Amino acid sequence: MSDKHDASSVPTTGHVWDDDLGDYINQPPKWWMLGLTVSAIWCVVYFLYYPSIPLSNGGTWFKGVGGWTAITEMEADKSVVDEVRGKYEAKLKDMTPAAILADSELTEYVTRSGKVLFGDNCAACHGQNGVGTHDKFGLFAPILNDDDWLYGGTIDAIHETIQGGRQGMMMAHADMLSEAEIDTLANAVAAGKPTSTPLFAEKGCTACHGEDGKGMQAMGSANLTDSVWRFDGSVEGIKYTIKNGVNAGTPDTRVAVMPAFQGSKLSDAEIKKLAVYVYKFGGGQAQ
Amino acid sequence: MNQEVGKKEPGEVTTLYNEFETWTVNTGGQTIHAKRMPGFFRSFKDKAQLAMWLPFFLVPYLRWNGSQAILFDIQHRQFKFFGLTVLPQDIWMLSLVLLVAAMTLFAVTSVASRVWCGYFCFQTAWTDWFTWLEDKIEGNPTARRKLDVAPWTFDKIKKKLIKHTLWMLIALLTGISFSIWFVDAFEYWHDLIHLQLPTVGWVVIVMFFLGTYILAGFLREQTCFWLCPYARIQGVMTDNQTILPTYDYTRGEPRGKIRRGGEAVAPQGDCIDCFQCVQVCPTGVDIRNGQQLGCITCGLCIDACDVVMDKINKPRGLIRYASLDELSGKPAKKIYQHPRTLVYLSIILLALVGIVWGLTHMGAMTLKIVHERQPLFVQMSDGSIQNKFDFKVLNKTDKDFRVKVTAEGGVKGLVIIGAEQHPMTHHGRGTSFTIFARAPAANVEKDVVPIQFRVESLDDAKVFAEYTSKFYGPNK
Ligand code: SF4
Ligand code: SF4
Repeated sequence: MSDKHDASSVPTTGHVWDDDLGDYINQPPKWWMLGLTVSAIWCVVYFLYYPSIPLSNGGTWFKGVGGWTAITEMEADKSVVDEVRGKYEAKLKDMTPAAILADSELTEYVTRSGKVLFGDNCAACHGQNGVGTHDKFGLFAPILNDDDWLYGGTIDAIHETIQGGRQGMMMAHADMLSEAEIDTLANAVAAGKPTSTPLFAEKGCTACHGEDGKGMQAMGSANLTDSVWRFDGSVEGIKYTIKNGVNAGTPDTRVAVMPAFQGSKLSDAEIKKLAVYVYKFGGGQAQ
Repeated sequence: MNQEVGKKEPGEVTTLYNEFETWTVNTGGQTIHAKRMPGFFRSFKDKAQLAMWLPFFLVPYLRWNGSQAILFDIQHRQFKFFGLTVLPQDIWMLSLVLLVAAMTLFAVTSVASRVWCGYFCFQTAWTDWFTWLEDKIEGNPTARRKLDVAPWTFDKIKKKLIKHTLWMLIALLTGISFSIWFVDAFEYWHDLIHLQLPTVGWVVIVMFFLGTYILAGFLREQTCFWLCPYARIQGVMTDNQTILPTYDYTRGEPRGKIRRGGEAVAPQGDCIDCFQCVQVCPTGVDIRNGQQLGCITCGLCIDACDVVMDKINKPRGLIRYASLDELSGKPAKKIYQHPRTLVYLSIILLALVGIVWGLTHMGAMTLKIVHERQPLFVQMSDGSIQNKFDFKVLNKTDKDFRVKVTAEGGVKGLVIIGAEQHPMTHHGRGTSFTIFARAPAANVEKDVVPIQFRVESLDDAKVFAEYTSKFYGPNK
């Protein structure tokens, strides 16, 4: 590696391009050679340390002297995450959903992990963030971020709903009521004043929807006086519901089924998390 | 020199180098043993280096209110600057600081070439200190060259041992000094002495030790030649107006040895070809070949040449800070006629304004609000419209406190739900909570109205933050 070069005596590689460009065959600088050597050594070390050479016999490979595997690295990373979560999860285990809700730090933790759970298990019907989903009959599954609850919006009621599932029930009235009666009832309900027509009591609607038409959460009958609709809230839509009922066993009936999640589908802790998560959508009600 | 190149006929591979019989490329094959000569630039360089880097060693020990005055506390994710604590959220100001630094480098370089390289760069400074030690221990360059090829006698071993030990001590101190900008200085020393540093601490100190020892002890000017990007970047910052150490070839050429007593045979320039300028150059450059990549513009050759000129009774300044314009006889332009510099200066100014604004507007609390996108709003059972907002509050004070949430604007009859318990915010940390805003449907007249939220500490009404978001309703 000499520093002085007689300009005319250094040979070139012999190849000339663009009229006058050629490559001298000088030694690269010392630091560069050093870098090259170190890199080469590094390669060998790396090759030996990590699993590298596939062996043709038996589909195995050279395991590397370092004993590194992707799965152990992943497990190690996961255990770090688990450790962070562990202290929350341990607390959650023996707490009621209501107690979790009372603890702001736990609530924050639960709403964050609940998002994933909800996305995986609930959003298919209830939509991301509980906005509800629609099919050709209208709303397919209830909106979860308003404060109208068929079975109650307290944390315990929500928890119970997720655990055991729900099944709506309303008889089909097509054969029991005349067209005119259905029309009167539908108009009264659409106006939000079901009790304005005597038919409401006479025809037995009150048995399920209550004297005041506000529904009974114990049996999941809808509140007919508020502005949130489970099914189509237009006069036509209401007529359809009265005629065909809900889960009434007839071919045209409306369908409203929520599966149970306790047991095989979700763990107890997960259900608790979901209950709090859903409660925090904005419609949760105090006990 | 450049004109000469132009005159050559193209077509030959070696055309580029035709003006030299030999051309030199310093690839580190030979250690450069530069002579140390006193002079203006020598002492300026000494002082500049110290002024720049002494604080690097000492400032971490400075205390302020019982803790380290300046600390880049990576572990706790904050930057302490005397009484001020900057959290990562305000770190954007750091980018402006870096911008100021970069632009200052550019501006200075456009005016006076590689001032950074010559007088301030750590590579220059450490190399200079290392060679100073070398000079003290092994003697002047001639002695050093001799020693390098001498057989390994006891004397040689002793000298080399002392030198390398001192180098390593400096390198070690460098590593320690770097580290203590990031962790408490005294705790670090304690941990170091008890060998209790965390792994990353050892890695850093070993890296800096090796880096300093190798870069300043062995690679030296090679770093500037082949490793450092600033050498190239700064190279393109200069132009004809930039002043840099220049050999006045019209005055110096043709160069030749002075003949004592006798008359010069041919007309002779002022350069007596004594090679003093080359011998003092820390990068081994011959400045008489023109400005070049290897020159870090340290001015040491100016000192050397001036001494020679004094001796032969010629005016000083055969090598001097001069611009290409000056050398080619063009009138020198004023600094305000240098657009490049002006652009750099205005960028510096803007960045400074940004930093000052940032520091004065940092506030004790920041508030970010994300309006829920899905759904934009919800109709409640009584017909009212509800919007959901995710609040992120950052408490930048040094105390935990509870906050209250209020809103202005939005819709008539708006109620804020969710902050009844006055959420707790922890200092130095972000806290998030959900707030609902609900308004009677009859009052919601437009689909979007601005709403200004205010989060205020319950303890101190002066600690607050505001954020303007939107309240959505049905399309009417
Ligand atoms: S070239 Fe790079 S390393 Fe060398 S003095 Fe300049 S900035 Fe420093
Ligand atoms: S040529 Fe002169 S100014 Fe340039 S690096 Fe050498 S001594 Fe310094």
